Amino acid sequence: MPPPPPTHDDVVHSESFLRSLLRRQLGLSAACAATFLAALLGMPLLNYFAPGLMATRVAGFTLSWLLLGVLFFPFVWVISWYFIRRSIALEEEEVLRARRGSSDSRT
Amino acid sequence: MSPPVLLALLGGVDPWIFAFSFVTVAVTIWMGFRSRKTSKTASDFFVAGRSVSVGWNASAISGEYLSAASFMGVAGMVMSSGYDALWYPVCYACGYLFLLLFIAGPLRRFGAYTIPDFAEGRFDSPVFRKIAVCFVLFIGFFYTMPQMKGAGVTLAYIFPGMPYWAGVVLVGAVITFNVALGGMKGITLVQAFQYWAKMFAISIPIFVLMSVVGYYNQHLGANRAPGDPVSAAQVVAGDAAVARKPMPAKAPQDESWIAPFGPLTTKAVNAAAAALPAEQRTAYLAEHQRPYSLLYTYSLIIALVCGTAGLPHILVRFYTNPDGVAAKRTTMWVMILIGIFYVFPPVFGVIGRNLMPELYSGVGAKGTDKVVLELPTLLSTQSSVVGSVLSGITCAGAFAAFMSTFSGLLVSMTGALAHDVYGRMLRPEANQNERLVAFKTAAVLVGSIAIVLGCFVEPLEINFMVGQAFAIAAASYFPLLFMSVWWRGMTMQGAAVGMLTGGLCALGAAALTNFSTLALDKGPMGKIFAGFAPLNSFWAQHPLLRILCEQPAIWTVPLAITLMVVISKLTADSVPGDIRMKMLVLHAPEKLGLKQEYIQEHQAGGGH
Repeated sequence: MPPPPPTHDDVVHSESFLRSLLRRQLGLSAACAATFLAALLGMPLLNYFAPGLMATRVAGFTLSWLLLGVLFFPFVWVISWYFIRRSIALEEEEVLRARRGSSDSRT
Repeated sequence: MSPPVLLALLGGVDPWIFAFSFVTVAVTIWMGFRSRKTSKTASDFFVAGRSVSVGWNASAISGEYLSAASFMGVAGMVMSSGYDALWYPVCYACGYLFLLLFIAGPLRRFGAYTIPDFAEGRFDSPVFRKIAVCFVLFIGFFYTMPQMKGAGVTLAYIFPGMPYWAGVVLVGAVITFNVALGGMKGITLVQAFQYWAKMFAISIPIFVLMSVVGYYNQHLGANRAPGDPVSAAQVVAGDAAVARKPMPAKAPQDESWIAPFGPLTTKAVNAAAAALPAEQRTAYLAEHQRPYSLLYTYSLIIALVCGTAGLPHILVRFYTNPDGVAAKRTTMWVMILIGIFYVFPPVFGVIGRNLMPELYSGVGAKGTDKVVLELPTLLSTQSSVVGSVLSGITCAGAFAAFMSTFSGLLVSMTGALAHDVYGRMLRPEANQNERLVAFKTAAVLVGSIAIVLGCFVEPLEINFMVGQAFAIAAASYFPLLFMSVWWRGMTMQGAAVGMLTGGLCALGAAALTNFSTLALDKGPMGKIFAGFAPLNSFWAQHPLLRILCEQPAIWTVPLAITLMVVISKLTADSVPGDIRMKMLVLHAPEKLGLKQEYIQEHQAGGGH
């Protein structure tokens, strides 16, 4: 797509477009990161404050070992799958918004 | 070499193990040479012409990432330290999520060859590029040391007569030669192949082993956890309990091994307690052991998760994606590929603890770091060929591991030297041919330094050293990338001060810890580093300082970010003038074509 002449007063170059772009992307990333960090940083706390619970045997594993050494990986795949789906959809929306904005010249 | 020496070297070599390892090395070199014909220009060497499909690229990133630490070190550390070592594989894999969430997409859209390219483009500052280049080398050399130890350990295992340093020199020389001739295009193909070689080599032997000697859960169940009934055998799932060998005195107790806050994270406090009079020890341990251990754990997590997002040899690969969407898809696949891999190494450690405890008594190249290589020989009692073949397969995997990561590191460090230092600073007017010669010379130089460093680190654990490289990356590149991508108020001065202070603090702390550990060694290293021995009595009095030096991320990462914010606020006038356009290029979807527009304007405006 050939770029428009550099007049820079269309929607794409506006301050509000950039702000909403950054806010929406960061919002999505931060939400995913918060879920991940809650689980990751919560594990040591559980180990610290509930050692008895975390030492419960589950098919030979201790609960703590099973959660960290095996189940944590699929958990992270789910978060990243969700993030990728959402962020690609977000980009499509932004492209539509920018193109619509350019043709209307003012939205 | 005279015949008797050669004979002594080859005596006791298992032909199967030798054959598998030799084939891996030969195939790697052959692929490097074959692709040499197709990589002509300097651009091909640096990022493979930016035309690699998602599947290939994901396999190649995974292949490059799964180093000797993942293949050998994790198993060795789980065996020696138990539960706490599990944080390493988990965070190695999950750190990618941070990379995906915050950095992969924007960085690819911005489009630059390397992190120094990004640093210069984002702040319009050639000076900053020079500062950023240093850390490619710092992190790279820290990361090559454990790879070299992996090489030394593996060769000492295959050739029982060979000294540790000879293995380091031999493998280092072969890989350096290969990189100097092949470049990165060769490496992409080789790395992708190596991922699958490693996956095969870690999974097949462990499944065969488990079907004979008992499964993961049975072996874990044979270790008594705190709160378990008195007889450990009753805990085991299923009816068949595994037969354990008696533990040597050096092995950690079951209760501290299987539970969190075990030997890895409590080392400093235990050393401090040992220095106290006997009657105070129990009270001291009760008060300090668990809180300090929690602190250690958090610092380790921060180092590994943030560090993954700042590894130069991994980031450079994202530029080989055709666009930002492909960069994200690639990261997803990488997480799946390495996640599956990381389930297996701890299994070796767990079974090794029960069935090969004699490794606890070994030191250096003969210690727990070689459990992955040696464990399959347990099957030799059933059939000597099966044991040897499986051990040969894990050895081949180990070769794939340290060769691929070392090649990757060598390419990015060489790239930094040839592309940045030579091509940009020393001789910007150099032509294509001179640049290629520079690339080759730089490869040999970097390879030689890495080999020398590798000879020093035999007493240190592989996985631990990789963790340190991550801690340095976490305090330097991660804050730089994260803040410059998401905060438009960042200035060059802020970025430079934050990155340098954080990174150098982490580097100094890690080096100091290593020197004091090497001073304890009973071999030749103990003599070389004897000057640092008094440090150990200092650590014994100040265990908290020891933990903060051994795992510095918990203070260096916030320090770097705080400095970046404060200095950037103070120098707010020097925010680049076209910052809005830069942020748009970083974040706007590529379909809007802002990148091309940005380049045209930059050139029209008489840029660089």
